[in-house]
Amino acid sequence: MVAQQAQQYQTVIGTLNPVSVLCFLLFVLATLGITYWAAKKTKTASQFYAAGGGITGFQNGLALSGDYMSAASFLGIAGLVSTKGFDGLIYSVGWLVGWPIVMFLISEPLRNLGKYTFSDVVAFRLQQRPIKTAAAIGSLVTVLFYLTAQMVGAGTLIKLMFNLPYESALYIVGGLMIAYVLFGGMLATTWVQIIKAVLLLGGATVLVLLTLSKVDFSYGKLFHLAASKYGNSFLEPGGLISDPLDAFSLGLALMFGTAGLPHILMRFYTVPDAREARKSVFYATGFIGYFYILTVTIGFGAAVLVGKEFITKIDAGGNMAALTLAEFNGGSMFLGFLAAVAFATILAVVAGLTLAGATALSHDLYVGVFRNGQANEKEEMRVAKIATVGLGIAAVLLGILFKGQNVAFMVGLAFAVASSANFPALLLSITWKKLTTAGATLSIYTGMIVAVGLIVLSPTVYVDVMQAKEVKAMNTAAALVTKLDQEIKAPGLAPNQLLAKQTELAKAKTDAEAAKKAVKPAPFKMKNPGVFSMGLAFLVAFLVSLLTREKQAEEMFESEKVRTYLGIGAEGAAKH
Amino acid sequence: MSSESAHKILNDPEFRSLASQKNTVSLILTIIELTLYFGFIGLIAYDKGFLAEKIAEGSAITIGIPIAVGVIVLSWVLTGIYIFWANSSYDEMVKRVKKRVGG
Repeated sequence: MVAQQAQQYQTVIGTLNPVSVLCFLLFVLATLGITYWAAKKTKTASQFYAAGGGITGFQNGLALSGDYMSAASFLGIAGLVSTKGFDGLIYSVGWLVGWPIVMFLISEPLRNLGKYTFSDVVAFRLQQRPIKTAAAIGSLVTVLFYLTAQMVGAGTLIKLMFNLPYESALYIVGGLMIAYVLFGGMLATTWVQIIKAVLLLGGATVLVLLTLSKVDFSYGKLFHLAASKYGNSFLEPGGLISDPLDAFSLGLALMFGTAGLPHILMRFYTVPDAREARKSVFYATGFIGYFYILTVTIGFGAAVLVGKEFITKIDAGGNMAALTLAEFNGGSMFLGFLAAVAFATILAVVAGLTLAGATALSHDLYVGVFRNGQANEKEEMRVAKIATVGLGIAAVLLGILFKGQNVAFMVGLAFAVASSANFPALLLSITWKKLTTAGATLSIYTGMIVAVGLIVLSPTVYVDVMQAKEVKAMNTAAALVTKLDQEIKAPGLAPNQLLAKQTELAKAKTDAEAAKKAVKPAPFKMKNPGVFSMGLAFLVAFLVSLLTREKQAEEMFESEKVRTYLGIGAEGAAKH
Repeated sequence: MSSESAHKILNDPEFRSLASQKNTVSLILTIIELTLYFGFIGLIAYDKGFLAEKIAEGSAITIGIPIAVGVIVLSWVLTGIYIFWANSSYDEMVKRVKKRVGG
């Protein structure tokens, strides 16, 4: 019965849906209103970068999850589960497990030692200029990769959902995110993320309840239907992880990358103290975990109720699984609402990224490096605002530049750089007395260069992106061989036809062979460089630090330690 | 903070016990989390058959599904354990040391 429903079912995805336009306009109106309110409270640098430290742990937990749950995870993971079954689940798990690490190792010392960015922490007892230069570059590289992936995703998704031209979608996203950050700073960005998180968690919950109502609220029935429709293998691990070292490497990047994402780390300065920082991770982990558990039901629900074929017909990557399921369950009204939520999701994430990038430019690079830590508040704010506009425009341009390209690897790249360049230096600066300026700086550059270099040389970029045309030719040629092969094996072929087909097959096989040879294999065989890039970053930090002793840094480690554990001297909340 | 007073606090027995307790708790929880996740990945890499077993006779649900959800839930529970320890024990120790050294 369920299958019949799905076959007759049609979609309005891709048409301009009045409900989603209305929902989206309401969201824009509300967030611009908040920005207007926040603008009046955003006068100082502390207010611009950290909302004056006046956000509560609970609010920050919601904002962190709003910052982290991108449209890629909402639409992408649901899509992966709906098309790949159990293998998609591996991603749901992988994206969550970095959060406990953030809590146990990073959140409290980060809050106690820094002011606005993680490079404040690394530079705490080391030389400001080289450290801040390296850390700012590490932050910017991470932010730019992440931002490009989000912008390309935004343009593509909005085109799919509303049939709006790609470029117009980018202008809307770019314009709004600049407005939030430029006028409302961290306070507006935080509330945009909180609203988005509530809408997304609420919308996904309703979607799950509607889905479960179709299967009598029985997971047994849901999975039974999935297994009978797609076979038992749909519920079993498949071919996603074939090389254990590669899987381990991906795991490292996911686990420690979260603890090196600048836009996540800077959120810990929005709360008054380490206690609230720690609390906010607890709430964030809960919300994000809950959300990823929902995506499991959404993915399998979409596969069962809507059907894999239908989902991949709209979008080959399966990105529309959650939205088709919404339409199936709640009609075009609910679809419109969720599409608007997905749009809001993109906006909140890019706003957070833009703010983090602008802070790296103004606070770390301009004040920390060019002005040697000496700049007045007004000047710093002016630079931060220029950086915001500049980054916003850069994001739109990058989005246009990479239009139509497969940019999924860029999120992986952002996590690889975050885990290899930012995380090792940050962790060692908190915990290891003998870390030196040279050790930390070279560690950051090593992690970054090795991570980016190996990904460029990996199959993901070297073959799939750089030789996209050749790969396509190879696949077409191979498909022809399979097709001819089947035709020959089919019964009832006349002898002369058979001969012709056999000649054709022989030629197709030679062509396929040639097409395959035209694709140059990747010099680096793994898809994830984490185990090498992160390993080398730690190794370089250790070796170089041991070779270059820094007496002053070792002496200062004592007062750093006191501040790490007790919070004495930590940046407090702004006095209101 | 002057280096002398920092030095004094560092040698304070209560501060030392606070710091070592915090390190131990963080380290143990980190190791548990790593084991959880890499154990899961390890099962996928080396023992697909186990994850593909059904949870019960006649059910379509494979063991892998509750395990995946379990890793997510347990990760959150671990952050809860840390919060519980920090709120009840660590914060008290910090307060006492701070009061004594006048921070």
